[in-house]
Amino acid sequence: MTTSPAIETSGLAIHFKTASGLVRAVDGIDLTVARGAFHGIVGESGCGKTTLARAIVGLQTATAGSVRILGRDRTTWQRDDRKEFARTVQFIFQDPLGSMSRRQTVGQTLEEPLQIHRLGSATERRKKVSELLDLVAIPSTVLDRLPRSLSGGQRQRVSIARALALNPQILVCDEPLSALDVSVRAQIVNLFARLQAQLGLTIVIVAHDLAIVREVCSAVTVMYLGKTAEEGVSKPLFADPAHPYTQALLSAVPSPDPRIEASRSRILLEGDPPSPLNPPTGCRFSTRCPVAVVQCRTAEPALRLVPHTGQAACHLADSGTHPVL
Amino acid sequence: MTTPVYAVENLIIDLYTPTVSVRAVDGASFEIHPGETLAIVGESGSGKTVMTLGPLGLLPEGVAIDMRGTARADGRDLVAMSQSELSAMRGGEFGVIFQDPMSALNPMLKIGPQLAEQARRHAGLSAADARKEAVSLLARTGIPDPADRYDRYPHELSGGMLQRAMIALALAAKPRVLIADEPTTALDATVQAQILALIRQIQKEDGIAVVLITHDIGAVSVLADRVIVLYAGQIAEEGSAIDVLTRPVHPYTKGLLASVPDFRSEISSGTREIPGLPPNQTKVEPGCRFAERCSIAQPSCLARRPTLLPVGDGSVLHRAACPVVLNAQGVAHQ
Repeated sequence: MTTSPAIETSGLAIHFKTASGLVRAVDGIDLTVARGAFHGIVGESGCGKTTLARAIVGLQTATAGSVRILGRDRTTWQRDDRKEFARTVQFIFQDPLGSMSRRQTVGQTLEEPLQIHRLGSATERRKKVSELLDLVAIPSTVLDRLPRSLSGGQRQRVSIARALALNPQILVCDEPLSALDVSVRAQIVNLFARLQAQLGLTIVIVAHDLAIVREVCSAVTVMYLGKTAEEGVSKPLFADPAHPYTQALLSAVPSPDPRIEASRSRILLEGDPPSPLNPPTGCRFSTRCPVAVVQCRTAEPALRLVPHTGQAACHLADSGTHPVL
Repeated sequence: MTTPVYAVENLIIDLYTPTVSVRAVDGASFEIHPGETLAIVGESGSGKTVMTLGPLGLLPEGVAIDMRGTARADGRDLVAMSQSELSAMRGGEFGVIFQDPMSALNPMLKIGPQLAEQARRHAGLSAADARKEAVSLLARTGIPDPADRYDRYPHELSGGMLQRAMIALALAAKPRVLIADEPTTALDATVQAQILALIRQIQKEDGIAVVLITHDIGAVSVLADRVIVLYAGQIAEEGSAIDVLTRPVHPYTKGLLASVPDFRSEISSGTREIPGLPPNQTKVEPGCRFAERCSIAQPSCLARRPTLLPVGDGSVLHRAACPVVLNAQGVAHQ
């Protein structure tokens, strides 16, 4: 058991029936998150990254495939012992205000999970609440305040503290940084990194800020239209991305240094990502890929080993070489 | 030096809602010249949008404002103008693009006719010429099959296409200044890059002035010639993009830039953070607004408002409002 990964999805698919047709939000994802990893999931809107994160913790029902958490099937675990599952895996939402009760004070918000799980006496619970505040570096003066009166960064800290109340082993976070200002975003990123080191957590973070993912994540999955385009250890992957989509995505991120911006050439993709209502045949990136060949439009590429030792789903990439845009 | 197309001096803007009053802009001055791209950088609540759009009468409805100082465009004083005078002047002088294209486009009307109407009203074109102009604007902003898109409703276009349509709309009246308020914030990375490239291309072709209001340092680095860093309604630092982004002087600018990881730097420096939070601006304080978060602040910082002074690195345009740093560098501070 100890060798099983923190999270393992196999053939995971989540389809939505809508008025305009079937949306294949997640369409066959095999994701492995090692224990103790800080795993980033990146991609553009509509790529299915949030749906994938929600499906990992059971906020979204899978159409097909399975999710195993620490080697146990998530569906049966949640059915058999929902509370034990909640003590193991916690979810952090993009909008902290939406994930807290507007009428509960910070103190009540943090104590509630302890009460539900009948952990400790009233005194012990209060002690735990103040430990949680210390952990996320918020002064205890906020205990009696309502979420509305906190700043965005403080709210996100409170929602992280609450997720940590039950000492979980795994945190799944859906764009926890997107709503924050730049300087506060750095505070929260550093907080995640510190908590991970301090508590030995496994963290999955859905993000669109690639620079931050490169900075803090040990592993990364790049999604495009419901599929994994590329995955691997983050530093080597970012240094030598094999998939043309990853290359374009990284190229799109401007450098904060105007001297670098003035000299580097950018890869500009044509058009927007296609709709997941009607994904292209073959490789889903083939409609925007500058190096696509006939095979790319007819056959769907499988993930295979590429030079950075991770995997990419590109017909033109293998363990020895990859296309360069 | 050319005559500025938009010049603001000693601008103070107080915003009133039913419950609070906030000093959103606290004595800011800036100029924009033809052909240059000026980035106004700051975090939420720094006053960057209020400072730029306030004098143009483009603040959201329902917020009462009290504005002092001067703001001039086209040789006229905007602060003294009525809303209707502002509205008449704006169209031909200022084109504005927003974060959300639907705040500029009417969802009930087809895209093309909205553009044609602008072109007719402000550039004085005939109906037939306005239609031609609208189609050519759609083509210019990179919208494929523009003649077909002319007859589409906004909801039929993707996010990136809508952003382009809004840029086309802003250009329809042939403005001398294009103001882009967080133009890429809501967009995906690959589409962001396209829109930044488009704005740069338009700026080059038309030689118009561009004001980029943003918190995205990457966008600044791509587009801007000159940068103003705003903190809590006060200008902390200004100068050429190279000076401000690569040789920052003010502790806030330094902190802001250090909290943005550079993707391409070989050595990962680790993301640094600025401790604390931006101040509550409901009280008007005499000193530097950044002092309470600043690692080098001295008691005098809280007592006296710092003024923008040349940094003394040889560039007259590079100025910072931090006596502590400037004194340490041997720049006299009166």
